[in-house]
Amino acid sequence: MNILVCIKRVPDIGAKVELTEDRRAIVTRNLGFTISPHEECAVEEGIQRIEKDGGDTTVLTLGPDGAEEQIRDSLARGVERGILLETGGNEWDAMETAQAIVEAIRARQEAAGDYDLFLFGNEAADTGDFQVAVRVAHALGLPCVTGVKALEIEGGKAVARREIESGWEIYEAPLPAVIAVKEGINLPRYPSLRGTMKAKKKPVDRLHPSATGATLEMQRLRHPPEQGKQVEMLGKGAGAAPRVVELLKSLEVMPS
Amino acid sequence: MILGLVEHDRGTLEEISLQMIAFGRDVAAHMDLPFTAVLMGEPARPLADTLRAHGVSSIVLVRHDGLDEYAPAGWAAALGRLMEEKQPRMVMAAGTDRGNEVMAHVAARADLPMAANCSEIHPGDPFEVTRLRWGSSLLEEAVLKGDPKLVTVAPDVFTPGEVPATEDPVLEEFSPALDEADLLVRVVRREEAAAEGITLKTAPVVIGGGRGVGSAEGYAVLEELAALIGGAVGGSRIATNNGWRPHSDQIGLTGSRIAPELYIACGISGAIQHLVGCKGAKRILVINNDPEAPFFFKADYGVVGDLHEVLSAIIEEIKKTT
Repeated sequence: MNILVCIKRVPDIGAKVELTEDRRAIVTRNLGFTISPHEECAVEEGIQRIEKDGGDTTVLTLGPDGAEEQIRDSLARGVERGILLETGGNEWDAMETAQAIVEAIRARQEAAGDYDLFLFGNEAADTGDFQVAVRVAHALGLPCVTGVKALEIEGGKAVARREIESGWEIYEAPLPAVIAVKEGINLPRYPSLRGTMKAKKKPVDRLHPSATGATLEMQRLRHPPEQGKQVEMLGKGAGAAPRVVELLKSLEVMPS
Repeated sequence: MILGLVEHDRGTLEEISLQMIAFGRDVAAHMDLPFTAVLMGEPARPLADTLRAHGVSSIVLVRHDGLDEYAPAGWAAALGRLMEEKQPRMVMAAGTDRGNEVMAHVAARADLPMAANCSEIHPGDPFEVTRLRWGSSLLEEAVLKGDPKLVTVAPDVFTPGEVPATEDPVLEEFSPALDEADLLVRVVRREEAAAEGITLKTAPVVIGGGRGVGSAEGYAVLEELAALIGGAVGGSRIATNNGWRPHSDQIGLTGSRIAPELYIACGISGAIQHLVGCKGAKRILVINNDPEAPFFFKADYGVVGDLHEVLSAIIEEIKKTT
């Protein structure tokens, strides 16, 4: 099996998000970066599939020079090779991103054979566009299942489960297929020291797609209105217990 | 006209679609356009009666054997055919798993941009939208190009409201021809989840544990308090990534969104990704041994102290007083 996993580099934000002066980006000076959570699970799913069935995994991302860090992170976990679609650092919208990914896939498939499975995250943690996987699937003429929380490959088809309020929906799609996964599909491993050493020697190709121009044009970012809460301290340590219980009683959330 | 895809599951209306209609009606009024609700598949026919009370100008029932069960590309293909016939200025759906998925397919088919999870729309030239990022922690103001405009509507921003119907909206049937390929991916079967007792979604009190809990075993005291007061236990992403709790217990951007009467957050610092999951809580009590924990600034009540000590004392106090 030949698998391509598409990931996104996102800042590891904490409790406070600071915006740049032009309000077009988050200040990332003091922040680390990670693989967006759903995509981290896509990487794990690809590796587990290969460990089970044999084959080859490639990780692909579109982003700035620094996104090689997230590719190396994936390689350290067990992915064999990486492709970085390097941008100048400006944000690309979902349509531009999907188009660049499709072109890279076509070029790669011509040179090195077809992929059987394309794994994506359901939506990126930062932009939340919910569409790159679907657009790539359409351009390649492949079936697509999103929101996947369990995946089996049986007899040349993907059997994908999606969680809904009342239980599970089961979808089937013949391979090759595009599957967008959600966190919870697996528990991603941490890169081992040995994996991290090996990752340094694994191949990463750099391509330089040209931006076609955004059609969902971000103008600026802003914070949602604050709720302006004033915290009431109920005490310190075990001594606070009587006031907490009083609170539970006054809110009528405790069976009396 | 504006077309609004009404989400339903085998004929049961998703309440969130009424929010989408309330929003869509408002936008339609600003643009001086009629708002047409689209029902997908024969099982949705009875929903027309409900929609009549929500001020839609007309209703289209899309009929095709392949659409009775949810088929994302199929629903999008049918919408695409309807768009060819009706030439709408805008097409929208609720910003749910299905709504976002169907609209992504519509956008991909039509090679148009799509803005997911919009909280504001300012029709005009340029056409401006405000949409949610980071699960609503940040807002993006953007110009949406293309025609028709494709959007999904952010959940829980608009309140559905019944309006006095001026005229009875017409129900029109539409039977598109669809390609087999569009119906390839669909729900082939379902499994109902076993009925659980108290869940994160239904519990009046949720007790969440984060990094400060320290281990899977550390949750025993949270479980004990939950059992005592009829609450449910959840955790932050750190708790699920460390394998201390199953992912189904995660509260946050990539987990569950909760809305209990009271959320007791223990040993959780208050990262934005977690706050997204609990902002629906009516009240928040934060227990943390770090008095500088950012979560205290988003809380209604706070206790500074070791969570194990504080929770054990609360349990003792409850046993003593009841």
